Amino acid sequence: MILFVKYNLNLMCKTFLKEHLDALDISYTLTGVGEVYIKEKLSQEKKKKLSDSLKKYGIEILTNQKLTLVERIKNAIDEMLKDNENKPLKLSTYLSDTLNYSYTHLSSIFSESTYTSIENYTILRKVDLVKDYLCNTNLTLTEIAFKLNYSSVAHLSGQFKKTTGLTPSSFQNIMKKKKNLIPNIK
Amino acid sequence: MTNKLLNIVLADDDEDDRMLFKEAIDEINIRTKLSIFNHGQQLMDYLTLPNIILPNLIFLDLNMPIKNGTQCLIEIRSNPMLQDLCVAIYSTSSSERDIEETFLNGANIYVNKPTNFSKLREVVEKVLQLNWQYHTSNLNKDTFLFRI
Repeated sequence: MILFVKYNLNLMCKTFLKEHLDALDISYTLTGVGEVYIKEKLSQEKKKKLSDSLKKYGIEILTNQKLTLVERIKNAIDEMLKDNENKPLKLSTYLSDTLNYSYTHLSSIFSESTYTSIENYTILRKVDLVKDYLCNTNLTLTEIAFKLNYSSVAHLSGQFKKTTGLTPSSFQNIMKKKKNLIPNIK
Repeated sequence: MTNKLLNIVLADDDEDDRMLFKEAIDEINIRTKLSIFNHGQQLMDYLTLPNIILPNLIFLDLNMPIKNGTQCLIEIRSNPMLQDLCVAIYSTSSSERDIEETFLNGANIYVNKPTNFSKLREVVEKVLQLNWQYHTSNLNKDTFLFRI
C-alpha cells in the first residue's frame, strides 16, 4: 500500500533544532528563519556536538562569519543610535565592547564586504534617521541633533549637507511637495 | 568575497560621455555589469522586456532625443514593475528647478556631470557605494535622496 504524507519543512527544522538544543542543555530562542539566538557562550565542544548531531538532517551551522559579523555591526550601530539614554562616547570602544572583537578586526571585515567604512556607514545611517525624523515627526533640528548625539545643530546641518548634497530644509521641502503629489509616486 | 555583481544601466545620447562613463566604471573597485543605451526609448524598450534581470541602478541623462530623461523617469515611476528601481539623474544642468523637478518625479540621486575624468570616477564611485548601502542595509528607501 502507499501512504500519503504531508509535511511542513519549516516546522520540521524548528523541531529538530529545538530537540537538539534541548538535548545539549543550551538555552536559546529561535529568532527567525535560520537564526538561533544562544544566550550563553557556546563551548567549542558543545558547538561541535551540536553541529554533528544536526548534520544528518542536513542542517548546517553557517560559518560565513564575515557576513554575519557585518550584520551584527550594523545592528549594534542601529541600537546605539536609537538608544536615547546611553550615548557612548566613542563608536570604536562601543563596538568592540558590544561585539567582543578588536575594532581593527571589525573595521577591516566591514570595509571588505560593504565598500565603505564603519564610520561612513554610521554617518549615512545617522543622516537616514535625521531624514526620518524630518519627514515623520515635528521635532525641531535642535531636538533631532540632541537625540542623535550631535554636538550642535550646525554640526548636524553640516554633515547632512555634506552627505546628501541638500540642506535639511530643502530636503524637507522636497519631501513635503512629494507627499502632496500623486500618492503612488515614491 | 561574496559581494554580488551590481547591474548598472546608462542612458546617454553623447558618445564621448558614454565612453568616459564606461572607463570610469571599469576603474572602480566594485564589481559591476554595465549596459549602455543611446536614448530613452531604447532604455524603456529594454526595461519592459519580459523576464529581464532588472538593474540595481540606472543612470539617466536628462537631455536626449526621442525620449528624454524626465519622460523615462516618469514612466519608470508609474510602472509597478519598475517603480522600486533606483534612478540617478546624470546631467550637465545644475539649475535648482531641474533638480527639484527630478526629485519630485522620483529620482533618488542627482549627479552633475563632472568636467574632468578623475572627478567623474570619484562621483560614480560615490554613487555606487551609496547605492550599495541602500541595496544591502535597512536604510529607508522612501527618503533615498542625494545630490552629488
